[in-house]
Amino acid sequence: MSHDSILTIENLTIGFDTEAGHLTAVDGISLTVPRGKTLGIVGESGSGKSVTALSIMRLLPQPMGKITGGSICFEGRDLVKILLEEMRKIRGSAIGMVFQEPMSALNPVHKIGRQITESIRLHTTLSQTEANQRAIALLQKVGIPAAETRMQSYPHQLSGGMRQRVVIAMALACNPKLLICDEPTTALDVTIQAQILELLKSLQAEFRMSIILITHDLGVIAENCDEVAVMYAGRIVEKTDAKTLFARPLHAYTQALLQAIPSLDSTPKTRLPAIEGMVPGLAELKPGCRFAPRSGRPYTEEDLMIRPPYVEIEPGHWVENSRVCVGTEIRNVK
Amino acid sequence: MPPLLEVKNLRMHFPVRGGVFSRIKGWCKSVDEVSLTVKAGETLGLVGESGCGKSTLGKTIAGLYTPTKGNVFIDGTEVSLLSNRQRLPWRKHLQMIFQDPVESLNQRHSIGEILSEPFIIHGIGTKADRTRWVKELLGKVGLPPEAADRFPFEFSGGQRQRIGIARAIALKPRLIICDEPVSALDVSIQGQVLNLMLDLQREMGLAYIFIAHDLAVVKHVSDRVAVMYLGKIIEQGPMEEVYRNPLHAYTKALISAIPQHTPDKRRKRILIPGDVPSPINPPAGCAFGHRTKHPRYAETIDHPPQLHEVLPGHWVACSPCCVEEWVMEKAKDR
Repeated sequence: MSHDSILTIENLTIGFDTEAGHLTAVDGISLTVPRGKTLGIVGESGSGKSVTALSIMRLLPQPMGKITGGSICFEGRDLVKILLEEMRKIRGSAIGMVFQEPMSALNPVHKIGRQITESIRLHTTLSQTEANQRAIALLQKVGIPAAETRMQSYPHQLSGGMRQRVVIAMALACNPKLLICDEPTTALDVTIQAQILELLKSLQAEFRMSIILITHDLGVIAENCDEVAVMYAGRIVEKTDAKTLFARPLHAYTQALLQAIPSLDSTPKTRLPAIEGMVPGLAELKPGCRFAPRSGRPYTEEDLMIRPPYVEIEPGHWVENSRVCVGTEIRNVK
Repeated sequence: MPPLLEVKNLRMHFPVRGGVFSRIKGWCKSVDEVSLTVKAGETLGLVGESGCGKSTLGKTIAGLYTPTKGNVFIDGTEVSLLSNRQRLPWRKHLQMIFQDPVESLNQRHSIGEILSEPFIIHGIGTKADRTRWVKELLGKVGLPPEAADRFPFEFSGGQRQRIGIARAIALKPRLIICDEPVSALDVSIQGQVLNLMLDLQREMGLAYIFIAHDLAVVKHVSDRVAVMYLGKIIEQGPMEEVYRNPLHAYTKALISAIPQHTPDKRRKRILIPGDVPSPINPPAGCAFGHRTKHPRYAETIDHPPQLHEVLPGHWVACSPCCVEEWVMEKAKDR
């Protein structure tokens, strides 16, 4: 892949050992995160987007979760293969992570000052006083008023938006090159969501970070991402830049998803072109095209059994080239 | 003819207790002086951020809380003063759908038992009638008749919400209060449930109070909208009108904060500083002016903003902090 990407995932497969047997949650996905840009990963629950994020940090639930194949290349090193000790050094320093629920990402019995300085002291040689100063500076940077006094607050004394700012400050503590945000605004109100997304944008420009933004909200993707990967049932079905994805989606799932959401411009009180059926469970996944049964288009047993190739249909526009879900005129161009 | 539902100066204040003797320390003013009407067959959207009192308002109208002050009229009859027994016949007209389809269905009852309960409470029909009606209800919400013998855990979130809807329509109500009915559902399932609700409205002439924080969804289903902030309605009017021409600063910010699905049309977001203040001992005067630290906030302490019909059917809380000068002038004339 090109040298201006900070993270390259190739053919990544993640499985879980459960009572029902081995289930594959992420099935051979490949993607790159462009340096200094934002990659959005969008999908419904169970599509494997959060599992992908956790695997980059090697934080899959143990002992059930396993990376069973593929590579995650970060700055020339394969994160799948390196020792856990080395991974610990990367976590929180070179790669930071922001979780969905800020209350559970913070330790309720420690003051936030201590929680931020902990990661600074772990990854740098700064003294406690220096670490304190740095933490205060970080809190100011993420827009927390009276940062010095707030260092002495416990998480429950802060509002949801403030807590998420603290979590972001913690993730930024060691100037990460890559920030992974897993549904960072889902638990927040729209006006607070707008504040947090603005904050991430300005921090990205200042620190020249790359960001992976995981969300189920296509609106958040449209306004904040440079590139987008659409996941469905453990696979990436389409990946391209944000403009193209919204202007010219090629995969039936992306098209259906864009139509199924009421937008502010849609005609009120009309039926939405909803997607029928449900997201398939992990146990019932077939090797072939996984969206075919819900696409409303004709398909054969063969389409469900043979995996469609993942191809670059036009420069930078990748799609799972299913016979059912991608129009013939597009398939023929290739 | 009186409207289907009329709410007058409704107040729901909860005591906040503390100390050794659990004395009342203050009041949580969740709903404060709210008035609204709903006509037969129309949908009133109720929007606002978490903690603004929209769910409490819904529950108080439904009679799940006894209001501190104020009146609820159904067909011109005052129902908030009736005893539980006297109220029973009126409850038929007014049902509720809840946000969390897991918690709102009894896990130990079969779907058949859950759906026949409304008939049993109101003493309608024989056992054979009820079995027949349950099957009809299941058909209406798009579930197979066999579902009657199964239990809630056997269904997905979307299907459970369908069961919740079936229960709400069992007694052929005229008004359903829907508290965030699609917020917990996946994007592709949201569309299905919204379609079902629109179909039922057309078929049965239902009126809805649709409570949600997602403005795009509310805009899709509503005829009129009421915006709540800290227990009060601050703007109310026809949906299109309020969306195209919001008069209150908070409504403007709320609409601008909705992420758009088209990357080309990235608009300037209006960012509101700070968080929603606590409804426990809320600020006197204009609550939003207090949040934004507006220079004219002090004026509103002695003259709390009042709702005025500034344009036909379009009401707004006229505070000098939040509306333009011409709106204030117009309010004075009225």
